[in-house]
Parts: sequence; C-alpha cells; structure tokens
Amino acid sequence: MAAHLSSGRVNLTALREEHEVEKMFTLKPGRLPQADVKNIIFFVRPKLELMDIIADNVLREDRGRSPQRDFHILFVPRRSLLCEQWLKEQGVLGSFIHREQYSLDLIPFDGDLLSMESESAFKECYLESDQTSLYHAAKGLMTLQALYGTIPQIFGKGECARHVANMMIRMKREFPGSQNSIFPVFDTLLLLDRNVDLLTPLATQLTYEGLIDEIYGIQNTYVKLPPEKFAPKKQGEGGKDLPTEPKKLQLNSAEELYAEIRDKNFNAVGSVLSKKAKIISAAFEERHHAKTVGEIKQFVSQLPHMQAARSSLANHTSIAELIKDITTSEDFFDNLTVEQEFMSGIDTDKVNNYIEDCIAQKHQLIKILRLVCLQSVCNSGLKQKVLDHYKREILQTYGYEHILTLNNLEKAGLLKPQTSGRNNYPTIRKTLRLWMDDVNEQNPNDISYVYSGYAPLSVRLAQLLARPGWRSIEEVLKMLPGPHFEERQQLPTGLQKKRQHGENRVTLVFFLGGVTYAEIAALRFLSQMEDGGTEYVIATTKLINGTTWIKSLMEKLEPAPF
Amino acid sequence: MEWGLREELRDCLVAAAPYGGPIALLRNCARREKSPGARPLLDTFSASGLLLASIPWKSGQVVQLGWTASEDLLCIQEDGTVLIYNLFCEFKRHFSMGNEVLQNHVLEAKVFHTEYGTGVAILTGAHRFSLATNIDDLKLRRMPEVPGLQKPPSCWAVLSQDRVTIVLLAVGQDLYLLDNTSCSVVTPPGMSPSAGAYLQMAVSFNYRCLALFTDTGYIWMGLATLKEKLCEFNSSIRSPPKQMVWCMRPRSRQRAVVMAWDRQLMVVGNSTECIQFVLDEDSYLVPELDGVRILSRTSHEFLHEIPEASQEIFKIASMAPGALLLEAQKEYEKESQKADEYLREIKDQKLLPEAVSQCIEAAGYEHEPETQKSLLRAASFGKCFIDKFPPESFVRMCQDLRVLNAIRDYQIGIPLTFTQYKRLTIEVLLDRLVLRRLYPLAIRICEYLRLSEIQGVSRILAHWACYKVQQKDKSDEEVAYAINQKLGDTPGISYSEIAARAYDCGRPELAIKLLEYEPRSGEQVPLLLKMKRSKLALSKAIESGDTDLVYTVVLHLKNELNRGTFFMTLQNQPVALSLYRQFCKHQERETLKDLYNQDDNHQELGNFHVHSSYSEKRIEGRVGALQNAVDEYYKAKNEFAAKATEDQIKLLRLQRHLQEDFDKPYLDLSLHDTVSTLILDGHHKKAEQLYRDFKIPDKRWVREGSSGCTGVPASRGAQ
Repeated sequence: MAAHLSSGRVNLTALREEHEVEKMFTLKPGRLPQADVKNIIFFVRPKLELMDIIADNVLREDRGRSPQRDFHILFVPRRSLLCEQWLKEQGVLGSFIHREQYSLDLIPFDGDLLSMESESAFKECYLESDQTSLYHAAKGLMTLQALYGTIPQIFGKGECARHVANMMIRMKREFPGSQNSIFPVFDTLLLLDRNVDLLTPLATQLTYEGLIDEIYGIQNTYVKLPPEKFAPKKQGEGGKDLPTEPKKLQLNSAEELYAEIRDKNFNAVGSVLSKKAKIISAAFEERHHAKTVGEIKQFVSQLPHMQAARSSLANHTSIAELIKDITTSEDFFDNLTVEQEFMSGIDTDKVNNYIEDCIAQKHQLIKILRLVCLQSVCNSGLKQKVLDHYKREILQTYGYEHILTLNNLEKAGLLKPQTSGRNNYPTIRKTLRLWMDDVNEQNPNDISYVYSGYAPLSVRLAQLLARPGWRSIEEVLKMLPGPHFEERQQLPTGLQKKRQHGENRVTLVFFLGGVTYAEIAALRFLSQMEDGGTEYVIATTKLINGTTWIKSLMEKLEPAPF
Repeated sequence: MEWGLREELRDCLVAAAPYGGPIALLRNCARREKSPGARPLLDTFSASGLLLASIPWKSGQVVQLGWTASEDLLCIQEDGTVLIYNLFCEFKRHFSMGNEVLQNHVLEAKVFHTEYGTGVAILTGAHRFSLATNIDDLKLRRMPEVPGLQKPPSCWAVLSQDRVTIVLLAVGQDLYLLDNTSCSVVTPPGMSPSAGAYLQMAVSFNYRCLALFTDTGYIWMGLATLKEKLCEFNSSIRSPPKQMVWCMRPRSRQRAVVMAWDRQLMVVGNSTECIQFVLDEDSYLVPELDGVRILSRTSHEFLHEIPEASQEIFKIASMAPGALLLEAQKEYEKESQKADEYLREIKDQKLLPEAVSQCIEAAGYEHEPETQKSLLRAASFGKCFIDKFPPESFVRMCQDLRVLNAIRDYQIGIPLTFTQYKRLTIEVLLDRLVLRRLYPLAIRICEYLRLSEIQGVSRILAHWACYKVQQKDKSDEEVAYAINQKLGDTPGISYSEIAARAYDCGRPELAIKLLEYEPRSGEQVPLLLKMKRSKLALSKAIESGDTDLVYTVVLHLKNELNRGTFFMTLQNQPVALSLYRQFCKHQERETLKDLYNQDDNHQELGNFHVHSSYSEKRIEGRVGALQNAVDEYYKAKNEFAAKATEDQIKLLRLQRHLQEDFDKPYLDLSLHDTVSTLILDGHHKKAEQLYRDFKIPDKRWVREGSSGCTGVPASRGAQ
C-alpha cells in the first residue's frame, strides 16, 4: 500500500502502522514513483487542480506492469461530485476502486486549539466569494456538537460568521431526529470574521511563540531553525562539524517548559529561562547530597525527567538567543516603533518616512505591504494622495506586476482610500481600549501585553462579550464591518446547565479566515485570569501571521521569458 | 386453508417461501397442451391461503417457481429467462441465465438461499449446470462438464460449503461433486454396497446435512461434507418419494428426514423405527429452519421436533421443575393447599429459577394463546418466590408472543415459529409486513416495541408514502396533502425519496409538491435536475450552502442551456456566478473574459488582461495585452491603474532599447532596478532621463543616486 498526500496536513502515522503503509509520497504530476505495492491511495483536498495531477498520475501508469496497481481516492474532508465529474471527463474515474471521504474538518493542534488548515480560506471568502471553506467549517462545528453537545448560545460578528451560523441552524433543522442527548461542554460559540479585525495580524507578534512564528514560521506545530546554535558542544572538536541540516523541533504544550513560556511576552521569557536553569542545576547538584542507597535510587528515578527538562531548556535558550539577535536589531526596533505609532493613532494620515526609506532600500515587499496596510487600517483608509503615492512607490520599486496584488489587498479592505472622510479608528481604539500605555510585560494584567501595548481587537470583542456583554459597545460594533448577531439553540430541559458557583463558562471562539499565535496567547491569558469566569477553546480555518496572510493574498505573476 | 382450490396440487407448480412466507401457484400449466387457448393463472397466497394477487400468465413456459430472500417471486422459464415479480404479481424486472441455457433449454431449476443472497441453479437440456449465486449481483457460472453424462441425473442438489456453492448430482449408482473448476466422484462413508441407484436427495436448511434415497428403499443420512455418516434406515419402499426434506431444530441432536409419497408421510431418523402418517390429499412439503410445513388443499400443518422445554413440562407424569410449577399454579388458582406442596418440592431442590425459565421458554413454542398464557402465568407465579429474578426474559417473551400472535392471525397469515422469528429479526419481519402493505400493523408493532422512530415508524411511513404516490385515482394535491398530513415532520423521513418514486410513476407535478416538504435542500437537487427543473435546483443548491452541489448544478446548466441563457441564469445568482468564475479561472480563462464583459466589469477585465500579458511569449504580445488593460482601466475610471500600466508599457519599450544598446538584460527589471543598474554601469544620462520621464520622487532618486555612486545598490543588498 502506498499513500499519496496532497496539500494539507493529515496525521497518517496511526493509519500507517495499522495498515502497513509502505511508502508515502507527496502529490506531484508525472509518473508515480516506483513502489512495489498493490494499492495506492490518494489523500486529497477536493480541488480541481489536484484532480488534474491525479488524472495525470493514473494515465501515465504503466498498464503492462504486473501486478496491476489498484487506485483508491480519499477526499478530505468531503467527497466532491465536481471532482468526480472532472475525473470522469479525464476518463480515469473508473480506475478508482474506492472513492471515499475522510471527514476531517477540524484538526486538533493542541489541548485548546483546532484548525481546519485551509490556507486559502481568507482569500476564497473575501476575494473570490467562494464559501466552500465556510461550509466545511459549519460541518465541522456540527460534528463538534455531535460529540460535545449542542452549544446553546451562538454569537457572531461579520458576514461569514452570519453565513456559518445560518448554515448550522439549517443543518440542525435538516436532521430533526438527531436530537443530541449529550451534556453540552461549550456554553457559547463566538464566530468572528477575520475582516472584522484586519489590524491584529498585521502587527508584529511579541509573544515567544508569536515571534518564533514571525521569524522562522511554525508549520503544523513544527519549526525549522538554523542549526548553528544547536551544535553539540563537545570539547576538543572545536566546532569543525557544524550541522548543516536545519534543526526541526516540535512545539506544543506537551513540553512543560514551552507550555509555560509560549504565551509570555518575549521580554519576560529570559527571566523564566534563567530561573529554570538555576532550578535544574540545583536539582543536578542534589546528587552530591545523596548519601544513602535509597536517596541515590530516588535521584536516578528522576533522572530521565531532569534530562528532558535540561535539553528542553537548552533548546529554548538557543531559540531565545536567536530571536534576541533579531529583536535587538535596529531595524526591528524602527519597524516596531512605526507599528506602535500607527496603532496608537500617531501620524496615520500622512506618508510615513520609515516606509518610504524601506521602499527606497528595497526591503522585503511583504514587510512594506504589512506596514502600509497597517497604516491604512489604523486610519480607516488612506487619503487618495497618500495611497497613490505608496502604490506608485511600490510599483516602481518592486515591479509593475504587483498591481494585481495591490488590487487584491484593496478588494480585501486591507488597503483602501478613505471614502467616508471620517476616521473611525480612534473611536474604536478608545472605546475598546485597544492601546494601553501602561503595559506590564513581566506580570501582565491585560491582554495588550501580547503586542506590548496593543490589545488585539478580536480578543477584546471576546472579552467584552463575556463581560459585560456586547450591548455596551453597540456603537462600535456598528462601525466594524458585517452584522453582529446572537442565536440560541434550544436544549432539552434535562441538559440545561445548572451552574455551580465559581464554575467557569466555556466559550469556543472560531476565527473565520485565520488566527495568530498572539491572539491565542491573549485568549489563554483570559482563560487563566482568576476572576475571568470564562475558559476559551480556539478554532480557526488556519493559523496565520501577517506574512503568511499577505502572501496568501498576493498574485504570483511570473513573466514569460522573451 | 382459505384458498378453496379446485385443482389438485399435483396439477400446479407450487412454491412456498420459507419463514412462513407466501405461496405461489401456477395453475393449468399441465393442461396447456390439451387446451392451448386457456392461459395458465399465476396466483399468490398468504400462508393462510388468502389470495394476494392473481394474473393470467402471458409469458413463456415456466419450469420452476421460487421465492427470493426478500420475498420476490422468481419464474424460471424454459428459455432461461427469469422473471421477477413482487408479492402482488407486479412485474419488477427480468434477467437471463445466458446463451447456453437459451439454446439448450432448462430441464430443471432450483432456487436456493445462501449467505450471499438468493441463487438460481439450472440444469440444461445438454446436461450442463449453470449457477448464479446472487441474483441481485448477477454473475453467471457455468459448471464443468460431467464426463460421460448422456442422460439427465436422477437427482441433484446445490450445496454451500465454506462460502463456495457446489452441485452434487447422482447418476445411477455414482455421485459427482461439481465445483468451479472440476468434477469429482465421491462416495458417502458407510454406504451399504448393495444400496442401489440414487433416486432422491435432500440437503438440510443450513446446508449441514445430506440425505440420499436409493432404489432399494435405503436412506443414508450424513453430513453434507460427505465425511461422516449419521445414520441409515431401510424403508423398503422402492418408489422414490415425491419430496424428501430434513426436519430438525437448530442445535438439536435429533435429526430426521421427512418423505412424502402420494398418500403417505414417513419420518425417519436415528432409530430403527419410523413414524408414519397417512396423507388424505395431495401435500407439499416446505422445509423450514426448525421443521417442515405441510401444505394441502384444505390444511396447512407444521411438523417439528418437540423442543426440550415443552417435552419436560408436558410429558405425562413429568416431574421436571417446570411441570411442577405449572401444576402448582393451577392448584393455586383452585385455592388448593397442594400449590404449596408442589412449590416446596421445587424449592427444596433449589430449582425454582430453572422452573420459571422452563415455563417462559416453553410458552414461546406454543401456538395456542391459552397455553401460552397458562405457562406465562406459572412463570409469573414462580417468580414471586425468587429474590431478584431478572424480569427481562419474561417481559421480552410476553412482547414477542404478542407480536407473534398478531402476525399469525389468518388475516395476516405469517405463521412464524418463535425460533424462526428470532432468526429473522424484528427488522426483517417489519420489512415483510411493509412488503405485504400491512402498514398499520407494522406501525403498531413499532410503537408497541418502542423502536426508535428512524428505524421504525418513519421508515414504514416512508414506504407507505411511496405506495401512496402510485395510486393513480387521486389528484396530485390530494396525495401530497394526505402524505404530508400523515408524515408531517417525522424525523428520518426523506420526502425526496418519495418524490423520486412519484416521478418514476410519471407524476412530476406531484414530485415537485412533495419536494416542497423536504427540509434538506441538498436532497432536492438531484431529483430536480433529473426532472429538468435546473433553475429551481440551482437555488436549492445555493440554499444548502454546499458549494460542491452548486458546482454540480452549474456545470449541469452549462451543458443544458445555451450560453446566453446560462449567463443570464448565473447573473441572478451571485453565489453561483462567483463559483463559476473560480472554475473558469482554473479551467476556462476565455470564458472568464466573457463573464466580465457581460457585466461590464472593466476593472476585472483590466486585471484579466494584465494577467494574460504575463503568459505572452513575445514582447509585442505583452504590450498589446497591457494596452487592452489600459483601455479597460480607463473605462473603469481607475486613472491610477491606467497610468501605472501605461508607465509599464513605456518602461518595457525603453528596456528593450536599453537591452539592445548595452547588450545587457534589462527586461522585466523594476523601474528602481533599471535605474540602479544604469547608474552602476555609469549611464548617468539615461538614468536621469528615466528619473524625469517617470517622475521618480526626489527622495528616492537621491538615495538611488547615492547608493549607485557608492557602488552598493540597495536593490542588490536586499535580494
């Protein structure tokens, strides 16, 4: 058996072990690689581009080979009539013995985090009006409810949120018989459109995990790091065999130390690491005090755990050093200063010097786009003159082909001319307290610590929903795009929760169009607040940061060589 | 029997389905030659002899009748065609047993049931066998030839061993086994050498046992694997029995074979003696799981081994705990102190729980409600004297008996025994009631047994509705209304399935009315498409939110409508339009242009041209496409984009000249990089010209100038 994977991540290790999967390949056009197997399974997203590749694979299969290989196709998360029709038109549909679906909508990433891993969800929804990913999201939420009980309250903000809620209500009506008798785990579902809060992902995340993602990019909980810092320190070798392969590390809450520091502001990470270092070396010192055999035995039994802690500490110290090199650089500081000026409302209405300089020095285009978009969002759109100036600068410096990318950003509302003539952002900022001057990075008392001053709008909305409720910010909600709404799903009387005193409510926050690590950190911070009263579980279409997000909106035009 | 037959059974082709199933009769077929004008009649009856349907037989000569596991009637014709009718003699479909059978005709045929479903075995005029193990998934198998077979075998049977279907046949004194590939001669172990030629054979219901009858009246009984003999018997009757069948109970050691001659019925088993009955009239034997049904013109009897529990209780002078308990209860009703004595006798032996179980079990085997009641009463009485006797078995038995008594009523006519009922399961029984259109009874049973709605009531209602739509004497409105009245929002009802049935019956209007009641819009779409209501289908697909479904309808519409109408239809459905645009973006870029043209979307047309300019292979092509883009941007009143694109054209032309002049690649560098390269290469004049032509802001110009002078172009540094 051999499996073929298309884009999107599926954990196949279990399947692999159970069914003796021989080999796994990623999908690419051309002839299938040689493998001495009888069955070939394609794991694919139902997309036409992928169907073309599969058709190509199958058509190029050697008919004469013996034994003939059997093909199967497994759609994730849903079978698609369109794709099957397409395969049929290519004349290969009959080659597939089994055509099934693997209904994997929401993939668990951590104890409190689910993602659909649908990279293009934001682009599809806002640029192309293709709501396929929203349909999958609604289906995923239905599955979640089938497992964890009907969620009695649904709140939402934004067009997509409205659409998902509508589909959920419709799906529930379509299956009246499936009355759920599971005691609900979630009290509230909050659906948030990414375009309600375009600002947050544009800003540079300043939590530990957020910075790792900004600088090195976390992919499916794994990060690849430059190897130099991780070279095994052995005496005598003098570093002659420096590893050249990037160091790959898995990052999740299973690692005790990482769970502790991932959501901290980076400035607070150093002190934790040094404290940990002291504790660990103290623990290793214990061995000198161990006198009796019993004491030694106890020490030895703790050894594996201590060694794991030590290597974990070493890794994170190295990562922190790597990040520190960057965060202490002048350019990082300048960039951050400009971002913070924009977010606190300073000089958002005129052409910014730093941005101009960066363009002149031809810094990375994505960096420029992030800054210009950030300024536009913080000013509710730019004056036509300012906007045109930026656009001209970008086109002249980076090439005219980027006109389509700029067009996409305008369509998505990230970059726009100020139309109403009024800048709503200051009102929103003040009402929602998006900018906090007295931020405490070491012992935070507010979510604004994740951006060292800026409190992510999306998370603020979640926080205000829990207490005191959205009614208090009705005016601001109207300024943000899309409708806000509340729906109730009736529960049978037996399942209605009688709340004990001091028991937390559980809210599922679903970010349609992506969520950043800093926002997740902010929500985790709210969960841990002593008087918070609400625990948050986070679901999203995709984990994003400003760079990956902007990249997904860029039009890639390669000129044909003349 | 209710049927009041005038003919003798021997003049008819008879087939009765197992599990108390229906009976089919083809009458007059024997007399066909005498009076060719008279058509034979095909009748179906319930097991109690109530006429279900009757039709004149208009097709070819029928060789054999049989029932499938789902109670469809199979009529196997001489030419190898098998016609399938339902219980009510309504034609369903037909299939053929292949060309070989068609040429050589069917000599004999047998219908058999295995775990794969219902199968048909044919012996052709050329003495070859053809098999189909499952008529619902027809795969014909032609069995290998039997060497030297000149005349038809005296008898044959289909065996099922280890999931393989094989044929056993007898020719004179030889037995042959035919499997897929080979033919082998077999000899049953312990067969008396003087037994003679085989005349008749019988396979048990579960394919486990085999009985062989020879022309000396000798009967061999053994395992169907032919590996072990169970017993033998000498009947001293030399003529072959008309029918020979096994009569045994699952898991019982008492195995017996029943043989029927014209007026005599003989039961033989592992004993030197046999039981004989006189038959007053023509009889027909139907093998069952736990016994034999005996049909005749006036009666319908069931012959079976008395189960152990019943024997223990009803044996004369039995002292079994169950018997004592029954006695005790009777005395108790008479208010006699003997009740206590009997009870003590059981209790002293600590056998009371066993006594209760025995009575419950025995009640299940009884057919008379009075006897059932007295046994259950005894069980209930005994239960009172036991601490914590689990009540489930008692309650379950009461429920089962109530269901069984209801269906055994002659008006329903399904004489299931308890054992058969348990094997059949309640779900299948409900299906059979539905097949007989006994909807109210089926629903009442569901309600009585508290089956879940989706499994029970709603499934039955859906079947009822499917039947209802076939009633042509009522108007569409009436039928739709009646169905909705009865079904309402019952969970698990698929209105679209009912609608599909209505459409198949040629009532599209009714189908649409019924679809209105379907809450799942996704379900409505396929049928609407089939009925060519594509536009309605499109809006339903959009309602469902399932984009895949929308795509399906859109592509369907694309093939069905002409281009103009297709575009117009999409125009009214923005969701479908944007999805179609996505499709075009990947698959048909030219159509995309037409779509934008149609709604005068000049901005997107501009973008479209910019996009396609990058796939142009020649610079003139690129410039041409960009010029188109400029025009469109102007039409869209997007001055900025138009100017920028004009600049781009200007730059391209300039770069071509530069490339020619300096023999260095300039094309597709950005303006910034072009200027930097020029400065670096010392063409300051040219650079300055670009600075003026493109109005490069002073600020950047200074930077570029300086970086160019220092020889470290910023652009290179950043790359």
